[in-house]
Amino acid sequence: MKELMLGNKALARGLYEAGCGVVSSYPGTPSTEVTEEAARYDEIYCEWAPNEKVALEVAFGASLAGTRSFCGMKHVGLNVAADPLFTCSYTGVNAGMVICVADDAGMHSSQNEQDSRHHAIAAKVPMLEPSDSAEALEFAKKAYELSERFDTPVIIKMCTRIAHSQSVVETGERVMPEPRPYEKNIAKYVMMPGNAIRRHPVIEERTRKLTEYAESCEFNRVEMGGTALGIITSSTSYQYAKEVFGESASILKLGMVNPLPVKLIREFAAKVEKLVVIEELDPIIENHCRQLGLTVSGKDVLPVCGEFFPNMIAEKLGAEVPAHGSIGEPLPGRPPVMCAGCPHRGLFYTLSKNKCTVLGDIGCYTLGAVAPLSAMEMTLCMGASVSAIHGFNKALGGESEKKTVAVIGDSTFMHSGMTGLANIAYNQSNSTVIILDNSITGMTGHQQNPTTGYNIKGDPAGKIDLESLCRAMGFNRVVVVDPYDLAACDRAVKEELAAAEPSVIISRRPCALLKYVKHNPPYHVDSDKCIGCKSCMRLGCPAISIKDGKAVIDATQCVGCGVCAQLCRFDALQA
Amino acid sequence: MTKNIMIVGVGGQGSLLASKLLGHLLLTEGYDVKVSEVHGMSQRGGSVVTYVRFGEKVYSPVIDKGQADFIVSFEKLEAARYIEYLKVGGRVVVNTQQIDPMPVITGAAVYPENLIEKMEAAGALVDAMDCLTLAEQAGSAKAVNIVLMGRLSRYFDIPVEKWQQAIRECVPLKFVELNLKAFELGRAS
Repeated sequence: MKELMLGNKALARGLYEAGCGVVSSYPGTPSTEVTEEAARYDEIYCEWAPNEKVALEVAFGASLAGTRSFCGMKHVGLNVAADPLFTCSYTGVNAGMVICVADDAGMHSSQNEQDSRHHAIAAKVPMLEPSDSAEALEFAKKAYELSERFDTPVIIKMCTRIAHSQSVVETGERVMPEPRPYEKNIAKYVMMPGNAIRRHPVIEERTRKLTEYAESCEFNRVEMGGTALGIITSSTSYQYAKEVFGESASILKLGMVNPLPVKLIREFAAKVEKLVVIEELDPIIENHCRQLGLTVSGKDVLPVCGEFFPNMIAEKLGAEVPAHGSIGEPLPGRPPVMCAGCPHRGLFYTLSKNKCTVLGDIGCYTLGAVAPLSAMEMTLCMGASVSAIHGFNKALGGESEKKTVAVIGDSTFMHSGMTGLANIAYNQSNSTVIILDNSITGMTGHQQNPTTGYNIKGDPAGKIDLESLCRAMGFNRVVVVDPYDLAACDRAVKEELAAAEPSVIISRRPCALLKYVKHNPPYHVDSDKCIGCKSCMRLGCPAISIKDGKAVIDATQCVGCGVCAQLCRFDALQA
Repeated sequence: MTKNIMIVGVGGQGSLLASKLLGHLLLTEGYDVKVSEVHGMSQRGGSVVTYVRFGEKVYSPVIDKGQADFIVSFEKLEAARYIEYLKVGGRVVVNTQQIDPMPVITGAAVYPENLIEKMEAAGALVDAMDCLTLAEQAGSAKAVNIVLMGRLSRYFDIPVEKWQQAIRECVPLKFVELNLKAFELGRAS
């Protein structure tokens, strides 16, 4: 049956049809839905792991045991999982093992736009790159065959536009592969020097064979059209090239982007007058062409930064661009904001008011950096707030310890904040760490994590108690506050910053968007009492605005959290 | 010939259901279809855009400037923001609701005036209506998306029964009646 399917969902369907039995992932836009959709199949065991390194190792364990396995992550997640990746390239697999990494050119929801193809090259593992949902489904199935045939993990690289686009797919049945019982094989699976030294040449030989395979494999295809222009491309860039040039150009479409073919590219180049590589981010295919001694155009005209669009490709390569009208004036932007009733708001207001130096982390709460709160001064990667505050305080000493805090969400803390906290406990800086516990992984769309007590299917699961965990690490000062209570937040922040030992503040209230969270009736403004002092505006709540000099509350957005009322000295904001 | 519809609005307004409905309907009508959306950070009250493309064979998942046959907008400022994406002579179907973005709320910027007229001056055919009131009449402020779909349906040569059927197939059972009513109000207004 033909149906319209999200790229990520199609990939999950491919896992199902290939007989995948174990999935372990960490959520990250734009990869999250692969695992969420896989979890809808009862035949597949699915879980959210605490981080990508754990997820990849779980998938490796399942592959070793003889079950086809999968783990999914966003591009920066593969940095976290790089350690097991580089060495399971050496061990190879038993049953097929597939890793999905979703890049985010254009940084729709990411802190950088690194090109994941570098990881595939460096780890010496094959990488497939689908260009629509149908290919995502098909490539997922074929990735398992490739993985078992060449004894290697296989990476499928998605990007935002493929992951989050729906296109037409035809689904098939689930077919279970031949069983591959686990066999003890110390020389292959114990990567100590004496064994690894024998595996490395095996991996080099595998890459040679994969390159040979790439010359004629079904993932790479030539679509001959006009020969004045020849385009080598992949993924979403292929779709844009077709959109712009149609049959007027010839295209070599690469579905396998590591290793790259040699003969296939040379032969294609020989058939066309001008050769252009259209690839987002880094010039990987282009540099490969140059190494082959080919004259090629690419990043000399197309940008390294950001994602591509059809008009941009048309303009840079001399094709026609459609005309359009214009509004003729700059319009106010609409940046993302913390939702009305977001539990992070009260805490960030407190930090802003106390003029704290805030080292932040990855999640919805990164929006604490946005005006009017502007209460975050650093965001790097998952867990970095907790590690960096230790370094910051060691460098600046006591004065810094009295005003600097690290803020990190519950899921991010589980991901890689715990090790940083262990460092504070062990190497003794008087640091104050605030865990923003909104009882969910928020930004990626409400995934469970080890602190929520529920698993990926929403069934009861193990629950890690944050207070006990912090105490067990050696923190004597662990306090819990409700971020809707501004006085309590203020007291806790002042006391813990002043304390002569490290402390953890847990700011705890579930995300206001969670289905089980009951909202209060909206607040309203008594316009006789409101003097238009704008104190409430300092919260940056999207439900509050000023009309004709007085505060107005949008009843459709307000969830009745009451934080604004605590700031009003005139009792104008009322339940 | 590929047709292009952009659905734009503010994160959380329900553009995902609108694009789901369109995608489902157009696939049933026998077209190749691509629907593209962005999840994540921008959903938190930011400007959001969904691309719906259909025709014999669709390549690009996104719509670029000067290519949209229709812009369907949940909010005035968002319609204006994407006006450059409209094809010359294209149509804007817009909910006249005003939702102030944070820079306007904080006083750093002013919500522009006369946006409908400015869009018309930019060459757009503008069909503006108060979808929020109609959605509330249908029974829920959240049905703005389906009111807009009702209005959009007037410009398509697809029988109304097909649209209604698509609503039945895309919406949870308990909300079907409400959404059918919202669709009718949008189409008839």
